[in-house]
Amino acid sequence: MASEHPRANLQPGQNLPRLALHIPEPKFRPGDAVDFAEVDVPPAGEARRPDTADKASGFTDLAYTLVRVLDDDGNAVGPWDPKLSPDVLRRMLRSMALLRAFDERMFRAQRQGKTSFYMKALGEEAVAVAAAYALDYEDMCFPSYRQQGLLIARGWSLVDMMNQIYSNTADRLGGKQLPIMYSVKEAGFFSISGNLTTQYPQAVGWAMASAAKGDTRIAATWCGEGSTAEGDFHSALTFATVYRAPVIFNIVNNQWAISSFSGFAGAEATTFAARAVGYGIAGLRVDGNDALAVYAATQWAAERARTNQGPTLIEHFTYRAEGHSTSDDPGQYRSEGEPNAWPLGDPIKRLKDHLIQIGEWDEERHAAQDKELAEQVKAAQKEAEKNGILGHGLHQPLESLFDGVFEEMPWHLKEQRQQMLDEESASGRPWDRKA
Amino acid sequence: MNMIQAINSAMDIMMERDPDVIVMGEDVGYFGGVFRATAGLQAKHGKTRVFDTPITECGIIGVAVGMGAYGLRPVPEIQFADYIYPALDQLVSEAARLRYRSAGEFTSPITVRSPFGGGIFGGQTHSQSPEGLFTHMSGIKTVIPSTPYDAKGLLIAAIEDNDPTLFFEPKRIYNGPFDGYWDRPSQNWSKHPAGAVPTGYYKIELGKAKIVRAGEALTILAYGTMVHVCTAVVAEAGIDAEIIDLRTLVPLDIETIEASVKKTGRCMIVHEATRTSGFGAELSAIVQERCFYHLEAPIERVTGFDTPYPHSLEWAYFPGPVRIGEALKKIMKDA
Repeated sequence: MASEHPRANLQPGQNLPRLALHIPEPKFRPGDAVDFAEVDVPPAGEARRPDTADKASGFTDLAYTLVRVLDDDGNAVGPWDPKLSPDVLRRMLRSMALLRAFDERMFRAQRQGKTSFYMKALGEEAVAVAAAYALDYEDMCFPSYRQQGLLIARGWSLVDMMNQIYSNTADRLGGKQLPIMYSVKEAGFFSISGNLTTQYPQAVGWAMASAAKGDTRIAATWCGEGSTAEGDFHSALTFATVYRAPVIFNIVNNQWAISSFSGFAGAEATTFAARAVGYGIAGLRVDGNDALAVYAATQWAAERARTNQGPTLIEHFTYRAEGHSTSDDPGQYRSEGEPNAWPLGDPIKRLKDHLIQIGEWDEERHAAQDKELAEQVKAAQKEAEKNGILGHGLHQPLESLFDGVFEEMPWHLKEQRQQMLDEESASGRPWDRKA
Repeated sequence: MNMIQAINSAMDIMMERDPDVIVMGEDVGYFGGVFRATAGLQAKHGKTRVFDTPITECGIIGVAVGMGAYGLRPVPEIQFADYIYPALDQLVSEAARLRYRSAGEFTSPITVRSPFGGGIFGGQTHSQSPEGLFTHMSGIKTVIPSTPYDAKGLLIAAIEDNDPTLFFEPKRIYNGPFDGYWDRPSQNWSKHPAGAVPTGYYKIELGKAKIVRAGEALTILAYGTMVHVCTAVVAEAGIDAEIIDLRTLVPLDIETIEASVKKTGRCMIVHEATRTSGFGAELSAIVQERCFYHLEAPIERVTGFDTPYPHSLEWAYFPGPVRIGEALKKIMKDA
């Protein structure tokens, strides 16, 4: 049957040039020399600071630039300077340095076989710590696995965190969770899940509940740039804009999702902050290694949420300086030169330089503080290890395996528990032979 | 009341009793739901407690989990159980595990309502029975009523329960019991004793089955629409079967099942869901493990076939009177 469609009679191959599938490729692979000249870094102080009550549709420019406060000389410049007191700046610096010391120690503990797994936040300390300082303690955080800085900035016990990492007798999660999947309700830190971005719609729901109850608390959530590809990301942003939920969405764009560079989440074509534009959400793109910019953006977004103006999406432009986890070797997929060549530098050094520049800090005090923090972490580790380390066998009673599946244990779990205990006692080969 | 009205009444009562109960889902607000289950609730309880949502199932359940973590008691609706799959991650990885993974710091006291089951010419995506996916997941309770009276009592119990609960509503019997004879005039609940539903508060404990018909010849395990089909077939065949409506699949009422099969020595399992790895397989294994020396015949399963739910061949697919009748003969052959 002859078709009357004008293109029906074309022969195969007449569509020229042939189609080509684009597969993104990072700029540098192992062995390559690194030059980040193409990364667009606008001068500090240049981005405008709109009113928190402005319409989201007017923020498009801010989604494509970088909010930066600290310039190359360590000065705080421009309309986003939060003008924090030297005392607050020093505390923030201390929290960031403590986080780094904690990471360093726990990474080593994993290498020593004291625990099974760890994930550092090296280079991303400002993202979590500065945000924690800008939020109220009562605000609820729905973190991913790389925001341990929230707990540290909120003054949570290092020993308690380590107990979780060691799955020891004092582990508040009873050894049920993989190390670093903390849950600290008291500190407004929601239970971490291994499933990426599930916390995004949950944060929106929490924020909606707070609004529905006439509460004053807001929610904040974090995910990596790689995780923005998950469907939950879209659901969360849709819900947040529809109900004007008092929530802050943070995207930690550290350029890498394990071995996949940000191009596989869409970064070649646009920014992650620009995602906000289509949803009608205020979007800000921030220098994630600039603690003052992170603080200022978070404070701005919090004010927007608290005044019922709705959600804000903040892209924190940063760099994952370490491997993805203790199970990862970044030397297999990226150039070793990247972390040092990163044009936005190191967040701790930049805040330190600022404090020195304004005459409120010096290298000697900084070195002394680093030493003191290392001792603090070491002491915490010693304390935590009194409760046991993962390498030393089972710390929880076997039967606790069945606790907390349901509020009350149904018969089938009781039966399975009994079976397990009977098998254990009949075997003559106890599970926990090291105990 | 019909089952829709009973379900509506359960939500209405719970919203009156507990300011933390909220209802949400696609079309549930102003419009009152595509099946009318939430009709009038928004007008009565206000928009912040009964509201329409965007069309995103993972969003609906994810948001409900967050609300539960805050302290609310959300009752989200998934318009058809066939569309619950986008929410699987939130249900299985989040709602079901939140209590366990946080050692009780956070919980998910949510009740997910969803119309399910076939018999309405719903074709592939308005007929499915996915209960077996959820009974396989630890941390979730699964409830399926078969009458208006049970629907209200069980839904109230589910909403009050502090664990995440899936509440599957057999839409074929929303308006009246269905005996499987699709070519006969349909009945409505007004003539059925279980259509008499108290207007006030009452609840039916989760995890308790109901013996719909006491008998000695064999035990039939069923739930939802199939309870009524089995009842009709058994009456026609004149067999003294004991028909058990499970009502809750997890936790299961093992005592009632075990006592019955040990008494009758025969067990037939009937569900609409596809056969392989369906909940019937679990029931069969449990009965075999516990009642092995009492069994006088192999356990029979009458289920949907291992195919997607068809449109025009619905009545060949549906485990109706013909298929159940033949299975009855088979299991009673040596009696």
